[in-house]
Amino acid sequence: MIPKELKYTKDHEWVRVEGNMAVVGITHHAQSALGDVVYLELPKAGTTVSAHQPLGVVESVKAVSDIYSPISGKVVESNQDVVGAPQQVNQDPYGKAWMVKIEIKDQGELNALLDAAAYEKLLKDTAH
Amino acid sequence: MADLLRTPLYEVHQRAGARLVPFAGYEMPVQYKGVIEEHEAVRNAVGLFDVSHMGEVEIRGPKALDVAQRLVTNDVAAIQDGQAVYSGLLNEKGGFVDDIVVYRFSPTRIFICVNASNRHKDFEWMRSQARGEAEVVDRSDEFAQIAVQGPKAAQLVQRLTTTKLDDIKTYHFAVGEVAGVKDVIISRTGYTGEDGFELYIPAQDGAQVWDALMDKGQDLGVRPIGLGARDTLRLEMKYALYGNDIDDDHTPLEAGLGWIVKLQKGDFIGKKVLEEQKARGVTRKLVGLEVEDGRIARHGYKVVDEKGAVIGEVTSGTQSPSLKKAIAMAYVPTALSAVDSRVLVDIRGKPAPARVVKTPFLDKGKK
Repeated sequence: MIPKELKYTKDHEWVRVEGNMAVVGITHHAQSALGDVVYLELPKAGTTVSAHQPLGVVESVKAVSDIYSPISGKVVESNQDVVGAPQQVNQDPYGKAWMVKIEIKDQGELNALLDAAAYEKLLKDTAH
Repeated sequence: MADLLRTPLYEVHQRAGARLVPFAGYEMPVQYKGVIEEHEAVRNAVGLFDVSHMGEVEIRGPKALDVAQRLVTNDVAAIQDGQAVYSGLLNEKGGFVDDIVVYRFSPTRIFICVNASNRHKDFEWMRSQARGEAEVVDRSDEFAQIAVQGPKAAQLVQRLTTTKLDDIKTYHFAVGEVAGVKDVIISRTGYTGEDGFELYIPAQDGAQVWDALMDKGQDLGVRPIGLGARDTLRLEMKYALYGNDIDDDHTPLEAGLGWIVKLQKGDFIGKKVLEEQKARGVTRKLVGLEVEDGRIARHGYKVVDEKGAVIGEVTSGTQSPSLKKAIAMAYVPTALSAVDSRVLVDIRGKPAPARVVKTPFLDKGKK
């Protein structure tokens, strides 16, 4: 459940780079750890975000958790469909449940993200 | 998780692929498939809960009933042998040492189910307060406990016992054989708002009964249920959870549990404080809230007024899987405790409007 073409953060967000845009969501592992997602809070279009800063909030029956921005830039769109149907985060974390599109400020920051192999290793190392 | 205890059903949960977490000193299943799916299985069919972590304390001897009457808030003299009551076990200040279910086998044998996290504290308290007038025995390690809950629970349990379950009314119990295991206490009680049973089984036979219930319940849609759904199910009914909604500093009258306090019976621990509190009126009350922006008001979040001053506290909260609404329990000032009163909950620095609603949140009568 770790698509090869995406980049990842240690905090379990994923990033799909489309030109100068970064599409961001949370990983399969993250949704599975959270359990049934019931509420999402995402930034409005136009909001400026910084790498490693809270981008939004994802809330499950069990817990509430911050979503961190993998990258600095400007939010050009946030996915209102998933805000209205947060269970999509559990059902289709890499597809319908994308959360925001960010206009990338510094392409260099992408180098700090994990590739699929490195993210897979992170999950293995933290599993008990 | 080296220091955690395991219930007699630990291996059953591992086999079923449960996610295990530390709870009250035990390694317990929090979920098997998912909280919402498990919640719905209990509301619509039948679910099995391992509640073996709960404690069992027995009071024995010629004066057992008198001792129990002094310890608990409900009236154990007013019920029959074979009947049970939900009750408070209070300290001298009228606060909860624990909330318990008291089973009357006979006036000389009273059996009490206590919360796992309070087991040792309760036992010590009951023993000291018994003042040697009755024997108080911690029997917790002798039992596995399985709760079978849901509209199809009776149908399922009946397939495994010759005891006529129709004869066991709500909050009554019998001792019988279940799935070939003798001496099972079959109690028509639960913590979900559904019909069902809590089975107290000799510890070594717990897995046998669990496996038989799973096996014989396939066509009924039986599912194993974790602590996650146990919490959403009890919350929809506004059933209190010790440590969240009630504790040493809150009395039954404040918690809306006046019905378990029988002031007209003889003396009991905490009675004086409750009499005074009743005469004066309580200053805070535990109410049900519906949070209107959909965010979840969680344990410890503050209830605030328009200026942001703290006026109360959220004790439990979740998204109700049955109602698809954010619900919570909170202590609020008595003046704001009536249905339709409006309050604010500080959810991570942003006030969320909330309304006091009728409880139980889930109206089983209308369903």
